[in-house]
Amino acid sequence: MTVRVLAFARIRELLGAPESTITLPDGARVCDAWSALTGRAPALEELSSSTRVARNGLLVPRDERLQDGGEIALLPPSGGG
Amino acid sequence: MFAIARGAIDVVAVEDAVRAPECGAVVTFVGAVRAQSDDGLPVVGLDYESHEPLAVQTFEEIAREARERWGDLRVAVVHRAGVLDVGDVAVVVAVAAPHRAEAFSACAFAIDEVKRRAPIWKKERYRDGPAERWRENP
Repeated sequence: MTVRVLAFARIRELLGAPESTITLPDGARVCDAWSALTGRAPALEELSSSTRVARNGLLVPRDERLQDGGEIALLPPSGGG
Repeated sequence: MFAIARGAIDVVAVEDAVRAPECGAVVTFVGAVRAQSDDGLPVVGLDYESHEPLAVQTFEEIAREARERWGDLRVAVVHRAGVLDVGDVAVVVAVAAPHRAEAFSACAFAIDEVKRRAPIWKKERYRDGPAERWRENP
C-alpha cells in the first residue's frame, strides 16, 4: 500500500519535505509508517514519544491500521500562541 | 469565526464576530510576538506553521468545550501563520457572554487550550547570532 505523509515543523525539516509518499506492506499500522520514516531520517527517533499522529482530522494510536491511498499527519508538540 | 490568518489579524473584526444583543460582556485576549524568548534570547521574529484544517477543527472543539462548561457563549479564535515580527499579533481569542465572569473564565480556558493542543508550531529567529529554534509550549 502507499500512504501520503504530511510533516510539520521540525519533522518536516528532518524529512526534507512537507509531503511524501511511503510504500508499506498490506496491513501496515501507524507504527510501521513511523519506522519507515525513521529509516529515512534517523534523527526522528528521539521525537517518537512526543509526536502525535492524525488521520482524517482525528488523533490515532500507533497501532491503528493504515489504508491504501490514505494520509497521515505527523504533529510535533504544539507551539502556538 | 475560527481561522488561520495569512495576513495581519483585524482584532476588532474578531470581537465584532462574537458581539450579540444578549451578551453584555466581551473578553478578548490578544497574543503578540515578544522581543525575548522564554530563556532570555533577543527575538526578532517568529515563523508560524500550522496544519490548517486540523487547527480550525481544534478551535471549534475548544469553543464547544467552553460552552459545555460555561453555558451560552460566543467564541472566536484566529491564529496567524507565516512570518511575524516583534509586536505583531499572533493570536486573538474573543469570548462574548451574558456576564463577565463566564467571559473571563472561558477566554482564559480557550487560549490555554489553543496553546496546549492546536497543531501550530513556531520557530524563533534571534538577533546577533543564535541559530533559529522550534519552540514548544510547556
